[in-house]
Amino acid sequence: MSASKLNPLQPRTPLPSQVVKDDEGALVAAAKAGDINAFETLVGRYERKIFRLAQNITQNKEDAEDVMQEAFLKSYQHLGEFQGNSRFYTWLVRIAVNQALMKLRKRRPNQVSLDEEVDTGEDTMPREVEDWGPSPEERYKQAELGGILSSTIAELEPPFRIVFQLRDIEELSTEETAEALGLSVPAVKSRLLRARLKLRQKLNRYFRQGENS
Amino acid sequence: MNCKSIVKEISNYLEEALDPSLKTSIEKHLENCEDCRVVVDTTRQTIQIFCNSEPAPLPEDTRVRLRDALFKHLNKLRTGPRV
Ligand SMILES: [Zn+2]
Repeated sequence: MSASKLNPLQPRTPLPSQVVKDDEGALVAAAKAGDINAFETLVGRYERKIFRLAQNITQNKEDAEDVMQEAFLKSYQHLGEFQGNSRFYTWLVRIAVNQALMKLRKRRPNQVSLDEEVDTGEDTMPREVEDWGPSPEERYKQAELGGILSSTIAELEPPFRIVFQLRDIEELSTEETAEALGLSVPAVKSRLLRARLKLRQKLNRYFRQGENS
Repeated sequence: MNCKSIVKEISNYLEEALDPSLKTSIEKHLENCEDCRVVVDTTRQTIQIFCNSEPAPLPEDTRVRLRDALFKHLNKLRTGPRV
C-alpha cells in the first residue's frame, strides 16, 4: 500500500452546496404572497432530502412520511414568520427535525434524551487503521452507496446520528445545529466528533483497500 | 503531540478551526505517523461521502400521499376555514 496518495494535509475543499439555488428567495417571497405553485416548487426541490432526514432520524418509513407532510404543511402555515435571515432550507430542516424528534420520543420514550451526558470516552479511539481503496463513490453504484450510508447511520444512537445528520448531511453550522437541538456548542462538537469517528470505523468494512464490492 | 490528542482535534483540524501553532504541531505529527494520516484522511472521506450523497427519489406511494395531503390542506388554508 502506498502512503503517498494519502493527502491529509490538503485542506478540505469546500463542498458546493447541492441545496440552495439562487431563486430560493424569490420562490419563498412568491409563496408568502400566496403563490401555491411557488410553494410546490420548493416542495419538489426538497422533498427527497426532507424524507431522507426524517427516515434517518425516525428509522421508520411511516413516521418519516408523516414527518415530511407535517413539516411542509407547518412551513406553509408559518411562512409569514420566516424572517429570511437564514436559508429557507435551514428553517425547513429545523421544523422537520422537531417533528421527527416528537415521533421518535413517542416510539422510544426512554431512549431519546439528546442533552444527557454521553460517554465520549475510549471506544472512540480508532481501532482498525487501514487505508481505503479507490474512491468509494467510484466503486459503488449510487443506489448501492446510498444503501450503505443509510444502514451505517442507522447503527448510531440517536444523539450521534441526529447531530451528524444536521451538521454533515444537511450542512447546518455548529451553532445552527446547537440551536435546533437545544444543545450547547461544546455538546454538539463532542457528539459530532464521536459520530464521525464511529461512522469512519463502520464504513471501513466496505471501503478498505482490497475489499471487493 | 500523541496519537490520542490528534484524534481529539480531528474535527477542528478538518474544519480548519485551529490556531496556527496547534495546526503546525498536528501537521508535524502527521508527517511522521502513518496511522494518524490514515485516520484523518478516512474521516475526511467519511464526511465528504455523506455530504455529497444524493437522496433517493421518493417511493411513488409516498409521493402521491404527500401531494394529496398538501392539496387538501393548502386549498383549505387558501379559502379559509368553512363556517
Ligand atoms: Zn499518530
